[in-house]
Amino acid sequence: MGRSVGGPILEVEGISLSFGGVVALQAVSLDVREHEIRAIIGPNGAGKSSLLNVINGFYHPQKGSVSFKGRKRRRVDPHEVAQQGIARTFQNIALFRGMTALDNLMTGRTLKMKSNFLHQAVYWGAARREELEHRAKVEEIIDFLEIQHIRRTPVGQLPYGLQKRVELGRALAAEPDLLLLDEPMAGMNIEEKQDMCRFVLDVNDQFGTTIVLIEHDMSVVMDLSDRVAVLDYGRKIADGTPDEVRHHRAVIDAYLGVAH
Amino acid sequence: MQEASTDTFPRLLLKQARTRPDRPAIREKDLGIWQTWTWAQVAEEIRSLACGLAAQGFRRGDRLGIVGDNRPRLYWSMMAAQCLGGVPVPLYQDAVAGEMAFVLQDAEIEFAIAEDQEQVDKLLEVLPQWPRLRHIYFDDPRGLRHYLQTELMSLDSLQAIGRDFAGRNPEFLPLEIDKVQPSDVAVILYTSGTTGHPKGVSQTHSAMIHTARVLVAFDGIAEGDDLLCYLPMAWVGDFLYSYAQVHVAGFCLNCPESPDTVMTDLREIGPTYFFAPPRIYENILTQVMIRIEDAGWLKRRMFHAFMGVAKRVGMKILEGRRAPALDRLLYRLGETFVYGPLKNVLGLSRIRVAYTGGEAIGPDLFDFYRSIGINLKQLYGMTETCVTVCMQPSGDVKLDTVGPPMPGVEVRIAGSGEVLVRSPGVMKEYYNRPDATREAVDAEGFFHTGDAGYFDADGHLKIIDRAKDVGRLADGTLFAPKYLENKLKFFPYIREAVCFGDRRDKVCAFVNIDMAAVGNWAEKRNLPYSGYADLAGKAEVRELVRECVEKVNRDLAQDATLGNSQIRRFLVLHKELDADDGELTRTRKVRRRFIGEKYESLVNALYSAEARCHVETQMRFEDGRTGTVSADLEVVDAKTFDVAAARKAA
Repeated sequence: MGRSVGGPILEVEGISLSFGGVVALQAVSLDVREHEIRAIIGPNGAGKSSLLNVINGFYHPQKGSVSFKGRKRRRVDPHEVAQQGIARTFQNIALFRGMTALDNLMTGRTLKMKSNFLHQAVYWGAARREELEHRAKVEEIIDFLEIQHIRRTPVGQLPYGLQKRVELGRALAAEPDLLLLDEPMAGMNIEEKQDMCRFVLDVNDQFGTTIVLIEHDMSVVMDLSDRVAVLDYGRKIADGTPDEVRHHRAVIDAYLGVAH
Repeated sequence: MQEASTDTFPRLLLKQARTRPDRPAIREKDLGIWQTWTWAQVAEEIRSLACGLAAQGFRRGDRLGIVGDNRPRLYWSMMAAQCLGGVPVPLYQDAVAGEMAFVLQDAEIEFAIAEDQEQVDKLLEVLPQWPRLRHIYFDDPRGLRHYLQTELMSLDSLQAIGRDFAGRNPEFLPLEIDKVQPSDVAVILYTSGTTGHPKGVSQTHSAMIHTARVLVAFDGIAEGDDLLCYLPMAWVGDFLYSYAQVHVAGFCLNCPESPDTVMTDLREIGPTYFFAPPRIYENILTQVMIRIEDAGWLKRRMFHAFMGVAKRVGMKILEGRRAPALDRLLYRLGETFVYGPLKNVLGLSRIRVAYTGGEAIGPDLFDFYRSIGINLKQLYGMTETCVTVCMQPSGDVKLDTVGPPMPGVEVRIAGSGEVLVRSPGVMKEYYNRPDATREAVDAEGFFHTGDAGYFDADGHLKIIDRAKDVGRLADGTLFAPKYLENKLKFFPYIREAVCFGDRRDKVCAFVNIDMAAVGNWAEKRNLPYSGYADLAGKAEVRELVRECVEKVNRDLAQDATLGNSQIRRFLVLHKELDADDGELTRTRKVRRRFIGEKYESLVNALYSAEARCHVETQMRFEDGRTGTVSADLEVVDAKTFDVAAARKAA
């Protein structure tokens, strides 16, 4: 079921990233194929979020390159990356807490808004038409994520699981080709995890979005992903299907520890 | 195309489409906004659905299963089936596959409309048991992209087929509609039976339409009314109050976005007509009270002050009775500052008529709504009688009754106390159950309700209990245990009560206190306690319960029929009655006989002159282990009131 996996949409080659003396990533290379669900796992501090931040444009690696949709990109800013079609969620939720769920989702459409500030302030003609189009698109996402009942609730008042769902919605509002999810299941109970898994699968199936997710819950990783990359101390130590990775010696050692 | 009469639903639809084609008929909140369909548009949609079904092989007399939340296309499907001379059979959307299987087999359903993937999955699960279900049409395509079953088709596709068919056979549908007779069955509604399997109640077009006409006249329902359809489509009330009434009176139905958004949708629509079982009114009130306790000091003071005014004069004003001028002024201020905004927030500002029924409603609850100006009334009926047996007219509303019989309805009380009903709304039959039908409807056409009741001095019917549970005291007084238990449970301090008295000389009761409410009460009085048994054993708590029991007794003394069933002795149980111990059913109904046997020593103590009793019982812990619990309980005598004296004083 689902769309068939295509060629590589993202290629990360030889990425090395350091913060002063701290080496976050060392010569990490991996690729992500179109329409697949790719998991990145590893013990805490392995560099997973750093890798996502590099892909995103937050961090600029000292060495290595990132190619998206076949084009190697020069040093880019996050908003340029977003414009190219990559959206993400954050480990600790970065929603606008005072705004409603609906407004948060609308902010996800920012990069697609064409009319200028003055036009929007007066709100007539083309600006109004555009707003209605964006609202319609956001309503479809609200329907998809089943969050109609909290449409007008300030996000700060929502339970954790729903906040994560709203953040997913904001990322989807940008209509990305590649979606980066940083620990989407963190802090959730079983029911919330099942719901989030279903949405991730639906996003992949219905919209064809390629998904890269960082996750600690092994059962989620095994069930959802097509391929898994394992990082440890900034290096990639394994890459393959969930089954291959599960039985890989280096992976087991990394998680369970080895006597030095 | 001629219309001989408008006594079938299809003809009513055509009439509405002809006389008010551009008025709103139904709305649905979808993608955040209310989408509206006019009567003309609705007629067009139904045409394509009906022709599509016909093209797929649906024949006169076939049953069409319908399962899902309240959605316009599901309502249109009901009409589409009726236009073809078929019978819609709505199912409960939260039924499990096994329950659905029963209905599908019993009604021999070969065509079904499902709202979404969830319902489709359940139907597919049932398919092996009932392979004759050959056609499943779905409304919401989400999640169904990869389903390859040949039985499945989207309603969009069905309507496309229908439009094509109608184009090629324009005379087909009008001819089919003409063939439908008022005496044809319009709908089969399955009653959720407590004993045995559910039975399919068959109601005809004429029964439903006649009843709807009576209702519309009774409450003056007209084209400008709005109603929120949120109660299950499988329930007779939704079919009658939503579907039937709207086709008779031509107002507008409103379907909420999802079950979770009903309260916000209620506020946006502001319906003029509303029905809900007592527990929904209770939930609303609880929400209000919780939010009031969290509000600022000024708001809380205003709320409590003006609610006091409302309690004093609100109901008098609602019923148009005399009230002091000062109080009237205060009430009007209250309307501006408290009751008005409150009703607005709840979505109840435009309510002309609000009904409740199905179970007894607590006095505080009932008074609350009426005192802030919501015309809440009670009614009584069942699926087998198109609901409408007794309803309280505006201006003749009482707490303890269900009202006088409706026009055209005869109510008789049998010797056993059972309520019998004869009316044009009595069902045609239980589908395929001639034996059950014969048992339920006697030779004179009276339906046996299974409820016990009597008429009070004002001609209002009082329902007291299920007939089989009602007994008699040794002196012949009517003993209705559930009636007494309900009165006790209306107090927040009492969670559960069990009354004994059948063939005894007096009524005695077990009482379970409500841990949260009584705990709160105890803390306010600096009364320490270490747990449920400790709290229940305190003398102060017994006093508290005694006050409640005596209030109930005072109430009962007002009633000639029940006056002698006042509760004379009671005790407070040391442990909560629990379904795990077999004392309650899973739906929290008291298993009186089982409890009487298990706590026989306590019952004996109640009926003797003893003041104290020791009890030892088995109980089951949540992990399945069993243990013994023992306690010493004190029996309390409650004051009773002279029936004649109370009546004189009142």
